[in-house]
Amino acid sequence: MTTLQPSAAVSRPPARPPSKRDRRSWTGWGFIGPFAVVFAFVFLAPIVYSIYLSVFRTQLIGGTTFVGLDNYQQALHDDQFWASLGRVSLFLAVQVPIMLGIALLIALALDSGRLYGKDFFRIAIFLPYAVPAVVATLMWGFMYGTRFGLVGDINEAFGVTLPDPLSTDLVLASIGNIVTWEFVGYNMLIFYSALRVIPNSLYEAAEIDGAGQIRVITAIKLPAIRGALVIATIFSIIGSFQLFNEPNILRPLARNAITTDYTPNFFTYSLSFNGQQHNYSAAVAIIMGLITMVIAYAVQLRGMRKGA
Amino acid sequence: MRRTTRRLMRGLAVLSVLALGATACGGSDDDSADQKPVSAGDIQAALKKGGTVTVWAWEPTLKTVAADFEKKYPKVKINLVGERSGDKHYTALSNAISAEKGVPDIAQVEYFALGQYALTKGLTDLTPFGADKLKAKYTPGPWNAVSEGDKVYGLPMDSGPMALFYNKKVFDKYKVAVPTTWDEYVEAARKLHKADPKVYIAADAGDAGLTTSMLWQAGSRPYQVDGTKVKIDFADAGAKKYTDTWQKLIDEKLVAPIYGWTDDWYKGLGDGTIATLPSGAWMPANFVTGVPKASGDWRAAPLPAWTKGDKASAENGGSSLTVPELAKNKELAYAFVEYANAGDGVQTRIKQGAFPATTAELQSTEFQNTKFDYFGGQEANKIFADSAANVADDWSYLPFQQYANSIFNDTVGKAYISKTKLADALKSWQDASVKYGKEQGFTVE
Repeated sequence: MTTLQPSAAVSRPPARPPSKRDRRSWTGWGFIGPFAVVFAFVFLAPIVYSIYLSVFRTQLIGGTTFVGLDNYQQALHDDQFWASLGRVSLFLAVQVPIMLGIALLIALALDSGRLYGKDFFRIAIFLPYAVPAVVATLMWGFMYGTRFGLVGDINEAFGVTLPDPLSTDLVLASIGNIVTWEFVGYNMLIFYSALRVIPNSLYEAAEIDGAGQIRVITAIKLPAIRGALVIATIFSIIGSFQLFNEPNILRPLARNAITTDYTPNFFTYSLSFNGQQHNYSAAVAIIMGLITMVIAYAVQLRGMRKGA
Repeated sequence: MRRTTRRLMRGLAVLSVLALGATACGGSDDDSADQKPVSAGDIQAALKKGGTVTVWAWEPTLKTVAADFEKKYPKVKINLVGERSGDKHYTALSNAISAEKGVPDIAQVEYFALGQYALTKGLTDLTPFGADKLKAKYTPGPWNAVSEGDKVYGLPMDSGPMALFYNKKVFDKYKVAVPTTWDEYVEAARKLHKADPKVYIAADAGDAGLTTSMLWQAGSRPYQVDGTKVKIDFADAGAKKYTDTWQKLIDEKLVAPIYGWTDDWYKGLGDGTIATLPSGAWMPANFVTGVPKASGDWRAAPLPAWTKGDKASAENGGSSLTVPELAKNKELAYAFVEYANAGDGVQTRIKQGAFPATTAELQSTEFQNTKFDYFGGQEANKIFADSAANVADDWSYLPFQQYANSIFNDTVGKAYISKTKLADALKSWQDASVKYGKEQGFTVE
């Protein structure tokens, strides 16, 4: 609402009210047009197309038919879908707090100004994020190998039998480890940047009041970076729900443990590219998108409420 | 504010109509049932006129074949797009076909996957080009795999009659006899593993290709296909033979839990931890390139029998060259397919280690007397040719085998990592395949 005020002030005094409204709206589109076109074709069109796809069903025998919301109904009753959603939810509940906790600790440590070689650590910890997820997963995959890999070498060198990181029980944790390794530095950087912009006067005031380091952290630093924490959490939630690369690349090493419906994204991929079930796949993807949106939005509301 | 929202909604509506329109145009059903016969003269004319043929294939010997072909027909350019294999190849092919864009003129398709493409009318029936007249040239197994009724959807490129590759060094070291039956195989597995706990008779962590081939050899016929009527049943006597034997190997942990084609697998084949490999006759070339340091250790033997003296064998792998329905230059494409898989190309490919599907080549003395340096000078082709002659030709894959294989480890994989019995695991594979078949409009029993 406030943005309308200045633009009205800039435009010439109106002679005829209706024409003024027209002119204003078209000039506006001139500015927003290029963006709107890109937005429409790159962001909206795929979504609309997915929705369109999801109300049809193409069979190997019988061709394409309109089925309305059947695909959605099927997805809501699909055990495979719910199992994969449960798996990423578990992943989310365990991996995200660990990752953000580590990232926060490192950010606070770097910000404390008490470390030597601060710049080196900042870059070193951020470095894994610069490694493409595919490469990172391949690398960890080699390390996880119980015969060929690092785990195998340790077993051989020390005559021990470490648990197999790619077994059914451990593979989710192993994936969590890869994701944590990849994204700690990224989240650390978000937190660290947020910490750097806290005005020095606050610290001076705290010092005058005789606050210790812990008190400074809990009373000044954490509240100040709440926004960054919420953003990082939302990114992590979305990331967890979209988990795909890591299981997909590890799969050749652990086909029995990482099933084709391991995560919702992997499930939709398999439906589409192994089963040619593009329509059903689209329906599952849209449901998953909605669930992600709702949860991310809920976290945002919850995270911002107390801060206001 | 409110006005902009409404305008945005209107824009969205327009956009969605556009999207609907665009896709509605895309999904046309073209019917090309009645194709005119193409005479040899037509093909010669096309060759004279020239053009470019795009080939999607990973078979390495095709490079030389393409070069020879170009030399023979200077106006034709063969554009080989390769190095993409397995799932990725089929994903790309299916996508191109359903997008009706970028479809190659020739595609390499493995026998197990051919049915799915033939069924969805993705491939050209090559009968009008005269492909049906080549039937007598091929061994029955591969020919059966590329033809359906009086239609021929491709020409067999190679075949994979099975043999047992074994590490002679390991067997000699522990003085274990090379098994000739599957019972002896289990016995050998126990002896070897007892002699050295690091040694396993085989690596198997669940592989759809191996399992279906073993069922094939055991006389099981789990898939009965009649057009769109499909029957899936893993409970016949042949299947029981297989599950009983393999269950012992799994229960006693006699097979190494190593997935095929991984680094662990190559390492195991090289260092003697994997003592045998039941596989197709196309395997030797892979030994040479993938496990170079074990050269001289390995030999080939006939595939163990289910009852002593029985010679029944099965196919494992093998592929054909096909011409997609949407190929632009079908005459030229067919000319190349015939050259590579029935004509001069066959010899070129054999010289480079390919295993043919043509009877004449299989039976030629030159072929049978080939000595394999990798196998210590063994004339392994004799074993393979013998196996090829003993492959039962009444096996059929599912028309959606590609999908079924993709979920093999989701279902049968359980038998390898939990207490689930192999027979039960096969049943859940069956159930999942039946479910998919029904969803896709097949009549499934």
